[in-house]
Amino acid sequence: MSTQGTQKITLAKGLNMGLRKAMEDDAKVLLMGEDVGKLGGVFRITDGLQKDFGEDRVIDSPLAESGIVGTAVGLAMRGYRPVVEIQFDGFVYPAYDQIVCQVAKIHYRSQGKVKMPMVIRIPFGGGIGAVEHHSESPEAQFAHTPGLKVVACSNPVDGYWMIQQAIACDDPVIFLEPKRQYHADKADLDDTATPEPLFRSRVVRAGTDVTVLAYGPMVRTAMKAAEAASGEGRSLEVIDLRTLSPLDMGPVLESVRRTGRAVVAHEAHVNLGLGAEVAARITEECFYSLEAPVLRVGAFDTPYPPSRIEEDYLPDLDRILDAVDRSLGF
Amino acid sequence: MTQQPDGFGPDLVEVFGPSQQDGGPELVQLLTPEGERVDHPDFRFDTGGVPEDEVIRGFYRDMVLTRRIDVEATALQRHGELGIWAQLLGQEAAQIGAGRALRPQDFVFPTYREHGVAWCRGVDPLDLLGLFRGVDHGSWNPNDNNFGLYTIVIGAQTLHATGYAMGLQRDGVVGTGDAERDAAVIAHFGDGASSQGDVNESFIFAASYNAPVVFFCQNNQWAISEPIERQTRIPLYQRALGFGFPGVRVDGNDVLATYAVTQAALQRARDGQGPTFVEAYTYRMGAHTTTDDPTRYRLSDDLERWKLKDPIARVEVYLRRNGLADDDFFAAVQGEADDLGVHLREGCKALPDPQPLQIFDNVYAEMTEELAVQRDGFADYLDSFEGAHS
Repeated sequence: MSTQGTQKITLAKGLNMGLRKAMEDDAKVLLMGEDVGKLGGVFRITDGLQKDFGEDRVIDSPLAESGIVGTAVGLAMRGYRPVVEIQFDGFVYPAYDQIVCQVAKIHYRSQGKVKMPMVIRIPFGGGIGAVEHHSESPEAQFAHTPGLKVVACSNPVDGYWMIQQAIACDDPVIFLEPKRQYHADKADLDDTATPEPLFRSRVVRAGTDVTVLAYGPMVRTAMKAAEAASGEGRSLEVIDLRTLSPLDMGPVLESVRRTGRAVVAHEAHVNLGLGAEVAARITEECFYSLEAPVLRVGAFDTPYPPSRIEEDYLPDLDRILDAVDRSLGF
Repeated sequence: MTQQPDGFGPDLVEVFGPSQQDGGPELVQLLTPEGERVDHPDFRFDTGGVPEDEVIRGFYRDMVLTRRIDVEATALQRHGELGIWAQLLGQEAAQIGAGRALRPQDFVFPTYREHGVAWCRGVDPLDLLGLFRGVDHGSWNPNDNNFGLYTIVIGAQTLHATGYAMGLQRDGVVGTGDAERDAAVIAHFGDGASSQGDVNESFIFAASYNAPVVFFCQNNQWAISEPIERQTRIPLYQRALGFGFPGVRVDGNDVLATYAVTQAALQRARDGQGPTFVEAYTYRMGAHTTTDDPTRYRLSDDLERWKLKDPIARVEVYLRRNGLADDDFFAAVQGEADDLGVHLREGCKALPDPQPLQIFDNVYAEMTEELAVQRDGFADYLDSFEGAHS
């Protein structure tokens, strides 16, 4: 069901269309998860897919995350390309053992004889007023695991392309979707365009004074910060990292060598978050170009708070601008 | 079992009382420890037209050679050639019975102790030693013999087995009636693993999708130092009913019964009738691994009692008493075992160590640029030492 042309879509729609396209292109692609069938997933990302592809390919699973990922391992061994949905970020931990000990290591263990082409979709991040365990950002725990690849989409067009590329990838991919954006901004999708490769970061706003690095839900925040800063005569360059493991540092290093300053922002905790790795790599590669230490903006090192105060917890436009000020103040 | 006065049903503590000591009345047995053939109302030894004595001689040979693999590998560990070895002494019948019940198209998900099943699948026993020696994490190709790699995390493979079985359903090779095509999966695990969440989740998934998988539990009574009573308050096979599929307890030291029960369970699966739980009631006569010391936690009386139920001895008695094998046969098997010992001893010492740069191989199907940079940096670092040494 190719649409042939440009249309305005949300991230939820982009992902839905991308999944549909992947299933049309390859009969081995299966979806599995809790409520992904008739309901279409709690966020409706798989809406209509079971109706069109049947219960054998869009599989409502028992409520057991380790079971979902563990059986997907067996399906992958049998030659399928399972795409599993973890309903919320905070529910991935029962599957953590299967992901880290099995999914990530089977290709290595088998010396390349067994491939594990699995995509694990995880809606992540906060800002939706949810109860505990529904707003987390566990990406660093997966990026820390060799054998996994970890990507985060930030917009509808990337959602459409990146999910297809992740499914086509022969390695297991943790696919993070900013749930706050699912039904937010629309964007123009031209499904005849040539997409950017999956494991590439991208400059999404050019600037000259400070490089702001973000991914997933923070890209939108960073863009708004850049807009606000431009009103004050400050030019921020914003880079959407897109791939968290491997990191694509090329565009980042090129940018920081020009600006001399970098701020990295994510919703995850600052301590040992992705920002720490990015800061270390920039420091190693761009030491003599830096005018200021690489600064990190993230959530506080606490559990996720009750939702009435989550906007205080999550980094926002002002916290990014505050870091930009501090960087420029060095 | 005794009925409790409060209306809540039987007192489950009783299930480990004297009536259960030899596996209880539900134990399926076709060959007694004394080497006598006995009938069972539900299961019979069906060799599919091959002469029975020929098949039983084959089982005997399999078990002797499997025990020899275990003895040799244990010795290799004692000589420092293996870092560790997971012993199967006493579990030969459970593994050979289960292994020989398979068809080529069936797929096996083993633990790290299925040396006998590996033997049945045609995996060179030498290939089993690599991971215990530390030269690889498993060297055979799972697709060559439909025998998965050893899985060390307890119970994780039962989910893989269930998923693989779901794949068979989608491939249309279940319940077609074509004996050459219809396939099943067998998941091996132990009594300790029966407590794992993954094992219980695999039961739920398999039941929910009616997946063609046989859950084959070797209840060897011990999870390292913890007795079966620490894992369960009911006989394990009875758990299956709670998940909605049948469970059977078979004498795991009786190769004929294990073969018959596994064969029937696999056929149910191939026919599209769903999962079965087989509890092979056996005993770990050796240690958990070569690093373990069972004298710290169990009585030698137990071991002596189980020695009387040795899986190999009863088959030898049966074959000799009934004139189904002569001294030449037993000598020939012994000769084969000696040859296998040489193969393992010499082969093990000749297993090459991997090269340092192989650390980086196969982390990904498509290596990342950042990992390639790490590898190249390490190569340069190593080269710098070679220069220093010359």
